[in-house]
Amino acid sequence: MELGRDNVIEMQDVWKTYKNGTNALQGVTVKIDRNEFVYVVGPSGAGKSTFMKLIYREEVPTKGQISVNGFNIGKLKPRKIPYVRRNIGVIFQDFRLLPRMTAYENVAFAMEVIETPKKVIKKRVMEVLDLVGLKNKAGREPDQLSGGEQQRIAIARAIVNNPAVIIADEPTGNLDPETSWGIMQLLDEINFRGTTIVMATHNKDIVNKMRKRVIAIEQGNIVRDQLRGEYGYEF
Amino acid sequence: MDMSFNTFLRHLREGCKNIFRNGWMSIASITSIVVSLFVLGVFVLLVVNVNQLADEVDSQVEIKVYLNLEVNEQMRGKMETEIGLMPEVSKITFISKEQGLKEFSESLGADGKALLEGFDKDHNPLPDTLSVEVVEATTVAHVADKISALNESHPEKPIMKVKYGEGAVEKLFKITRAVRNIGFIFVVGLGIMSMFLISNTIRVTILARRREIGIMKLVGATNYFIRWPFFIEGALIGGIGSLTTVGLLLFGYDQLFKAFSGDITLGIVLLPLSDIWMFLSALLLAIGILIGIWGSTVSIRKFLKV
Repeated sequence: MELGRDNVIEMQDVWKTYKNGTNALQGVTVKIDRNEFVYVVGPSGAGKSTFMKLIYREEVPTKGQISVNGFNIGKLKPRKIPYVRRNIGVIFQDFRLLPRMTAYENVAFAMEVIETPKKVIKKRVMEVLDLVGLKNKAGREPDQLSGGEQQRIAIARAIVNNPAVIIADEPTGNLDPETSWGIMQLLDEINFRGTTIVMATHNKDIVNKMRKRVIAIEQGNIVRDQLRGEYGYEF
Repeated sequence: MDMSFNTFLRHLREGCKNIFRNGWMSIASITSIVVSLFVLGVFVLLVVNVNQLADEVDSQVEIKVYLNLEVNEQMRGKMETEIGLMPEVSKITFISKEQGLKEFSESLGADGKALLEGFDKDHNPLPDTLSVEVVEATTVAHVADKISALNESHPEKPIMKVKYGEGAVEKLFKITRAVRNIGFIFVVGLGIMSMFLISNTIRVTILARRREIGIMKLVGATNYFIRWPFFIEGALIGGIGSLTTVGLLLFGYDQLFKAFSGDITLGIVLLPLSDIWMFLSALLLAIGILIGIWGSTVSIRKFLKV
């Protein structure tokens, strides 16, 4: 597979069959360019999550090729996985912050992993916490923060190493509409600064209002792919 | 593995912090190490002391032949030869009455001098003694009878009394042997048991942190990066646990030692603390740290395959 210079994510005829026989993806081919903001929509169980997991190498394709930021991750040795993940920021519905660590420590962790000097970490973490608007809550632990604040910390952690791409799996799924909008504005801003964002969502209002590229997945296939698209489902 | 010094310091810091972050889980791990090592330590102390006692008893399985006060040097020589001819006898030592008095005085300790005041060379109530050692401890009674019978062939009746502890020595001897063997088995068994107990506790703590490990991997941490703080945490927990145990044991033993040493009638002499503290501390510290590291690294291995 030839890699286009601008393609952050490329899938070529990707199939994924789970051990229990479920065909989650059936021959998906897609290209996502640098700087794009992509919504992945579709009914529950249609293959959205699998699509996302394949990108951050939580799952391996049964067939086909995937490259992320120049890495052919289908053939990746387990030993190499951490190095690919460092170029991908991940955000989840359930935030996935490390408990018993402060907001600062959570964000710093992603930088410690790549052996950044302590001084650089301190400067950069405060910078990112400022960007997500939580500089004044750096010393709080996750359970002392609201859902929206926890998600902002998770976003800060995802972007602290300047990844090429951010994978967000229903980042607003646990948040009220108002907080969700705050998170979306933040992601939009991050996208504006040059990071590719792939976001799976069930939130019709957000998709319809923001008007970005929409990829709809049904029964393991991409059934729709439009620029400035709409949600297209009732729920 | 190339790891910068900076990162190593980071792991050290994280390992220490984790102990506080995990609060009562750390306390549970430390407690289980303390409990297991304490039991282990008590048995080690018991075995060490019984061993010492057994050695003492071993060397004390001897027959004392007290000679009559009138027995002269020539007669004494004759008796020594006759006893020496017995095939069961391995060694005969002559203890003169003067030497006997001196040893008796010493065995009474500090009070000896005062108690035995007035007894000297010319006023010595003790008889000359032959101390007879046998090849096989079990033949003591038989040999003692044979020595007593020597009186029959001598009209002077040179032997006043033959003493050998009358079974008590043999019984004690058997008991100490048994305790020594059983104690050893116990120590090995307890060591294995405490390893399981501790690894189980650590496994529970890590089970609770399985999610954390998953998150760390998502952020791009390598297995080594995740493992190091756990490794250090395990070592620290093991170290804290064993140091606590050593402190408790040495304090308790010291109290026991003081209580016993003031009372010679009990006949139990504990090994002094200065003889054993190094051995005990080193042993428990090594076991504690090894168990801590072992427990955390073994338990974490299976969660790293996320």
